[in-house]
Amino acid sequence: MPESVPVKAFQELLDAVPQVLFEQWIRIGMDTGGIAAGADRLWDVFEKECAVTGVEAVLQRTGTCGYAYLDPLVELKSSGHAPVLYGCVDEPLAVRIVREHLLGGRLIDDFVVAPRRRSKDLGEADNIVLVKDSSCEGEDRTATAQSLLLKALRHHGLQDRVQVVRALDMGIYKEGLVVQLLPSGVTYTNVLNRDLERIVEQSIRDRAIVEDLLFNEPDPQTRIVLRNCGSIDPECLDDALRHGAYAGFARALGQGSPGQTIDCIRESGLRGRGGAGFPTGTKWKLTRDVEADLRYVICNADEGDPGAFMDRSILEGDPHSVLEGLMTAAYAIGAGKGYFYIRAEYPLAVKRVELAIAAARKRGLLGKNILGSGWDFEVEVRLGAGAFVCGEETALIASIEGKRGSPHPRPPYPSVKGLWGKPTCINNVETLASVPWILTNGAKAYESLGSGNSRGTKVFAVTGKVRNPQLVEVPMGTTVSDIIYKVCGGVQDDVPIKGVQTGGPSGGILPEKHLETPITYENLQKLGSIMGSGGMLVMDENDCMVDVSAFYLKFCVDESCGKCAPCRVGGYQMLQLLLKISRGRGSEDDLVQIDRICEAMQSASLCGLGQTAPNPVLSSLRFFRDEYSAYIEGGTSYARKRKKALSEGKSMKEAV
Amino acid sequence: MYKLRKIRFSYLIWETFCMNASALAPMETMDPELRGMVERCLQEWEGREGNLIMILHEIQNRHGFVPREASLFLAEAMGIPMARIYEVLTFYHYFKLIAPGKHNLTVCNGTACYLKGSGRLLTELERRLSIKDGETTEDRMFHMESVRCIGCCGMAPAMVVDQKTFGKVAVTDVAGMIERIRLQEESDA
Repeated sequence: MPESVPVKAFQELLDAVPQVLFEQWIRIGMDTGGIAAGADRLWDVFEKECAVTGVEAVLQRTGTCGYAYLDPLVELKSSGHAPVLYGCVDEPLAVRIVREHLLGGRLIDDFVVAPRRRSKDLGEADNIVLVKDSSCEGEDRTATAQSLLLKALRHHGLQDRVQVVRALDMGIYKEGLVVQLLPSGVTYTNVLNRDLERIVEQSIRDRAIVEDLLFNEPDPQTRIVLRNCGSIDPECLDDALRHGAYAGFARALGQGSPGQTIDCIRESGLRGRGGAGFPTGTKWKLTRDVEADLRYVICNADEGDPGAFMDRSILEGDPHSVLEGLMTAAYAIGAGKGYFYIRAEYPLAVKRVELAIAAARKRGLLGKNILGSGWDFEVEVRLGAGAFVCGEETALIASIEGKRGSPHPRPPYPSVKGLWGKPTCINNVETLASVPWILTNGAKAYESLGSGNSRGTKVFAVTGKVRNPQLVEVPMGTTVSDIIYKVCGGVQDDVPIKGVQTGGPSGGILPEKHLETPITYENLQKLGSIMGSGGMLVMDENDCMVDVSAFYLKFCVDESCGKCAPCRVGGYQMLQLLLKISRGRGSEDDLVQIDRICEAMQSASLCGLGQTAPNPVLSSLRFFRDEYSAYIEGGTSYARKRKKALSEGKSMKEAV
Repeated sequence: MYKLRKIRFSYLIWETFCMNASALAPMETMDPELRGMVERCLQEWEGREGNLIMILHEIQNRHGFVPREASLFLAEAMGIPMARIYEVLTFYHYFKLIAPGKHNLTVCNGTACYLKGSGRLLTELERRLSIKDGETTEDRMFHMESVRCIGCCGMAPAMVVDQKTFGKVAVTDVAGMIERIRLQEESDA
């Protein structure tokens, strides 16, 4: 096939990008979370220290790689070592990193985060041994193991070539002593002191795997949406282009037709990641099939779900992938204009998206006659203003039009009659960020991940009473317990887990006995919850389900736009009943009444907010009815004790 | 909480009515600086569809809140009824109609922060400043409010003090934060 104009134009654009290979670099995770933890101050410290010591290293700004519990994160590559990630970096540590690591070539104990990429082959000579005791009980054996390893190395005369470093986090939990060899990534778990000698002798000296200790489990995570987060500079288009941004779009524009692009997305099985899970390719096709002179695409970045921060992290870490996804969507459906609708509460995300748009426009990736194809497309940013209901499609459209965000009855769906009466396609941030990967790697590769009708990967923001709150990207079909225990290290302080809330105020609570359920849209729905935007909130034994349900319901009552009665009146009345119960003045009749209100709201509300608002209450009634009964039977004295326990963050037994 | 809302809401209605009366008041009474700023915002977004919310955002960004005069001026300049502007202003939580305090203390009340005890932070603030959630101290020095998720769930409970985010805040940190601002103010004065 002869090369088409856009592909050639893109190739020229790529050739113009300076290909730089830095010998040494320092990447600082500067997303909102990182900056809150002090990453901006680290930048100055690194700059100053490098100047003082004369170290030549390039400072780079990146988004977060998802390890929110280790903020601020600094990754650095020094000559002679593979890239190393440091967590919980403060200013004195930054000084030490420059002096000891960059200048002295010696890694710093207790702050290294092990890479999650684990291998079964010893590659080139390993020169770093990470060690960490991953069990929570008993004495920490890390230091002892370190000195034993050092002793063994000295015995074999390897102490100058290989260094032993105590790690901060291994990504493996409750597997005894963990030893990882870098840069190969071979990992040994449940290592006893007497095995350390064997590891040094066999693996480091003779380059052979110690089979009986090898950790064979691959990391449950697969990074598609977060592929570039934490490794590229979100404010630099060149860096994004070097990492393959816009390549898939250029190919779609140059070699395929819009129909082919839509088919590719349909084959991949990608479904909307905003909550409802409507197949993305079908949505694009529906919008394209409507006769119109003008169509719109909108990126929904109004992440209102409290406890979810994946959209913010994607926009702050890799805005070009979302922009590329939006451009692809626009090309596929034939839209002439696109909007980013972003929460005003995320100023950094807004700034980075605006920079990305400006940079793309400057290089001819946006605007008139994109890459010489004759196709025009413009993008604009619009800000949300703190209304949760504006995540709903029709309300979002009203908000972009400059009106108050009340939803409209559907049909007509936005794909037929949307923004200013034109066909409009609205996609979530995460959905759009998956599109470039699908275009480059093919629909088959994406389709091969997942289970049932849910294909590909999903990003979850795991927070609450979990040991390591972070962003997790796993293939669909992974179980909740794998996410919580294998990736996030289990529950904080080892209090027994009570349940996991998914989907925010519109979702439900999965009790402990259902944690082995593989996560798919259908499975969650069966359990009375939803996938939602991907918030996952872990609750332990000390949390009270009545209280949490009331919290969520209060959120929905506050956020109800007031247009339809079931949501406006039903929500308020139900909240009154819940508060009455939590004061210890409820009766069994109230539970019946709550059930009836829930049913009315679900069936008669106008939009998703009202229809799903009863979900947390219904699912807590379904799985934790005994807690409601305890309030009803225990009366006011029980309620007072429970409240006291909650306000002190203790269990009932401890507080009373 | 609800009572407070009701009071605030009736205040808004009252204000909207008053505004109709003051609509006759000459525009010259408007602060020229404010007027210039609003005009600039208008110019920037002129002719773009659905620009009202973005103009209001600009005004609030530059002025801290959306004063009544600004809305009045907008209504006249854009040729839309005042009620349309107030409909938008009161619907969205983000817009402020009254001047915020000099220092803003914001407690994140997202679910993750709630579970980790943001309620205790709120109570402590209320106690220390003797004001309720969403109120400003009498000397207009401190304004406190609880907000929806600020997206820092990894370091819950979080607080924002004058645009700076603090993570893993303990109840015992609150007094120090307030005291630091007070000392800063005293040394400035």
